[in-house]
Amino acid sequence: MTDTTTASFAPRHAYLALWLPRIEAVVIPLAALISGLLVFSLFLLALGKSPVEFYSLIYKAGFSSGFSWKNTLSRVAPLLFAALCVALPARLGLVVIGGEGAIVLGGLAAGITGAMLIGAPAGIAMLMMVLMSALVGALWIGGVGWMRVKRGVNETIASLLMAYIGIALLNHFVEGPFRDPASLNKPSTAQLPDALRVGDMPIGIEVHWGFGAGVVACILCWFILDKTTIGFAARITGQNIRAAQVQALPVGRLIIGFTAAGGALAALAGFFEVSAIHGAANGSLIAGYGYTGILISFLARHNPLAIIPVAILLAGFEASSGLIQRRMDLPDATILVLQGIVFVILLLSETLYGRLAIFRPSYWRV
Amino acid sequence: MSMQFGDFKALDNVTLRVKAGSFHALLGENGAGKSTLVKCIMGFQAPTQGGLLVGRREARIKDPVDAQKLGLGMVYQHFTLVPSLTGKENLVIARADAPHVIDWRAETARLEEFLARMPFQAPLDRPVTDLSAGEKQRLEILKQLYLGSRFLILDEPTSVLTPNEADEVLTHVRALCQEGGLSVLMITHKFREVDQFADHVSVLRRGKLAGSARVGELSNAELTRMMIGEEFTPQETQRTKTGTHVMLNLRAASAPDQSGLKTIKIEDLKVHAGEILGIAGVSGNGQKDLMEILTGQKKLSTGAIEVDGKPYCANREESQAAQIRFVPEEPLQNACAARMSVAENLGFRNFDRTRNGGWKLLANKADLQAQGMRLIEEFNIKTTSAHSPVGVLSGGNVQRTVLARELSGDVKVLVVANPCFGLDVASVTAIRSRLIAARNRGVAVLLISEDLDEILELSDRLMVMYEGKVAFEAQTRQTTSSEVGTYMAGG
Repeated sequence: MTDTTTASFAPRHAYLALWLPRIEAVVIPLAALISGLLVFSLFLLALGKSPVEFYSLIYKAGFSSGFSWKNTLSRVAPLLFAALCVALPARLGLVVIGGEGAIVLGGLAAGITGAMLIGAPAGIAMLMMVLMSALVGALWIGGVGWMRVKRGVNETIASLLMAYIGIALLNHFVEGPFRDPASLNKPSTAQLPDALRVGDMPIGIEVHWGFGAGVVACILCWFILDKTTIGFAARITGQNIRAAQVQALPVGRLIIGFTAAGGALAALAGFFEVSAIHGAANGSLIAGYGYTGILISFLARHNPLAIIPVAILLAGFEASSGLIQRRMDLPDATILVLQGIVFVILLLSETLYGRLAIFRPSYWRV
Repeated sequence: MSMQFGDFKALDNVTLRVKAGSFHALLGENGAGKSTLVKCIMGFQAPTQGGLLVGRREARIKDPVDAQKLGLGMVYQHFTLVPSLTGKENLVIARADAPHVIDWRAETARLEEFLARMPFQAPLDRPVTDLSAGEKQRLEILKQLYLGSRFLILDEPTSVLTPNEADEVLTHVRALCQEGGLSVLMITHKFREVDQFADHVSVLRRGKLAGSARVGELSNAELTRMMIGEEFTPQETQRTKTGTHVMLNLRAASAPDQSGLKTIKIEDLKVHAGEILGIAGVSGNGQKDLMEILTGQKKLSTGAIEVDGKPYCANREESQAAQIRFVPEEPLQNACAARMSVAENLGFRNFDRTRNGGWKLLANKADLQAQGMRLIEEFNIKTTSAHSPVGVLSGGNVQRTVLARELSGDVKVLVVANPCFGLDVASVTAIRSRLIAARNRGVAVLLISEDLDEILELSDRLMVMYEGKVAFEAQTRQTTSSEVGTYMAGG
């Protein structure tokens, strides 16, 4: 213990105790990301390719011009929502990795609802698409939380396996009951009329409203987690569920509520994919956004505000995969290899928290 | 043999002799040093001083493998068999020299020959999960004998058995000792087992050897006195008169215990305003379950809880309205979030409450911080800052943090479990005087503790829990520690 007495706090100490953990939470994931990029460079060298060319192509295709920014930002929306589906349950100590299921089913619900409401007033039809999509996602991932609370089913495995069921359901419905006879090559639900398509935001670059909605959702989630008593209760539960139970906090309701909210958000990613990009629900919804969202949320330390820049960075990586494929003669799965390496190193870096002396207040004592 | 952890002497110059072929019982309260002693014998811990003689030779035991080579074996309180394997497979894999490729025919022959020499059997061909607790315990003992153990430590071997199973297993063990070739040191809390099966008994108290004798030379009363020490005379603390108003009432309550095998049954437990009711008992007799029932972590099968005359069902609104507070044992594991700051931990109880006790949505960090600074000062919590994570504080200061949280504001009922376990003297004194002060303010205090001295010092009235039931109840002034101790040991 220290010799400091309780009555007189050293203000410098209080300052360090407050800020060092925050600095730690930025430095460690950043270091993990950079190490991941370095390890991936070795992988490229082993293939006889130039890492410098690789990273400059990412910059070129993802971030260098108005066109590349458009390319990047148009991919950000689903990643933001998918990452929130990981970050919200993570606050309760749950690892939900099946956001992909909620995305495809949310998209399916939006596509079907839109197809059934062709001819109805566009405002109402659009609202119904959003609501049905969110409802399906909330039930899907909320169901994972419910199984956790009532039956102790592991939420990680349950959500992952349910994602496969979700994908199978999508395929079943777009190839069977809800297939538009006009969709010959790619089975889809009925094409949505222009009135039910989400347009671009008036910001000078062609980016659909999903990006704005995703950013707002991140800010909203940050507010709930950081500024409300609900967020605080969730943090206690995530840090020590027994302490939360002794304080009689509604642990079960928190778990079901947070997982349902995460699922609803992930489903909105599906809604925007259908309404803004594809115009109908089909196999294109299965794009792996749910899995990239896991990496983003972990890199952002499950902080909804940090999710925004991390998602933009990762979207840039994905946007560049086509160019890399053409210029460097690498398969487009190369980006997945990069993401996998970064993720493994990131998980390893989790063990460093609290272990590095430089982040302890005592290190800085004079 | 001595063992020191920091400033704490867990074992203080203890000498113990177990004669060849004897069945030696080791008695002592929780924390008397029994576990530390056997851990040192088995090589899990290295004693700070002293040594071990096996036979007549000095033995150097660095780890449990050395112990096994010398013929020392231990049967643990909980089973260490692999549940999915059969008895035979368990015996073979336990060998230190188990080969990588096992010749099952040869092993089976060896085992059969071994079992033929044994006075009791255990089923070898069924998976261990299908065996009863008694069969498993026999298999554990056979395993040790098969490994060539000539000296066996049994750590509360009957705590997981029914009385009949316990008698059967101990009868077999005793028979083995009488044949010679096996010596046993058994840790126990139960006088009945000592009387019926052991031939020697030693008592540890606070890390020291309190006495050693042949069974029969000492009466149970004398053994109790050795275990518990001199007759405890409670210091007269300033006490206000106990109220008559029943604050906490647990009626006709029953619930399954942690193992799911036994039942917790409490007919009638009342705590009055301005009273400390102590619940004494050896650990594992249902005290944890009682705490969980009261906090709502465990559902009652029958019965009801009332706080201040109103039915209580442990949700946040009710617990706030009823002003019932809990300080569970091991506060860092059960009542704090180690990585959250001291101020945040101090705010767990009221972070979502307005001044009038209603629910609020927006958290106020400045208020939490200010409350944290105030409570740190008031309860004398030693921390470098209110932002420090509570996990870096010493045990005493973690406990002060929890008490500060639960004793601030208006309190009607306080339920505390082992509040001073493992703390230094200064913290113990401070925490006990807080509890007395709360009582004098009119709080109804339920004190669950494994430390009998603590119960005798603090409580106005006490109950003893034994095997999930209330075995004894008395006004603290009108009873003696030996009387209570006898009930704790099931006498």
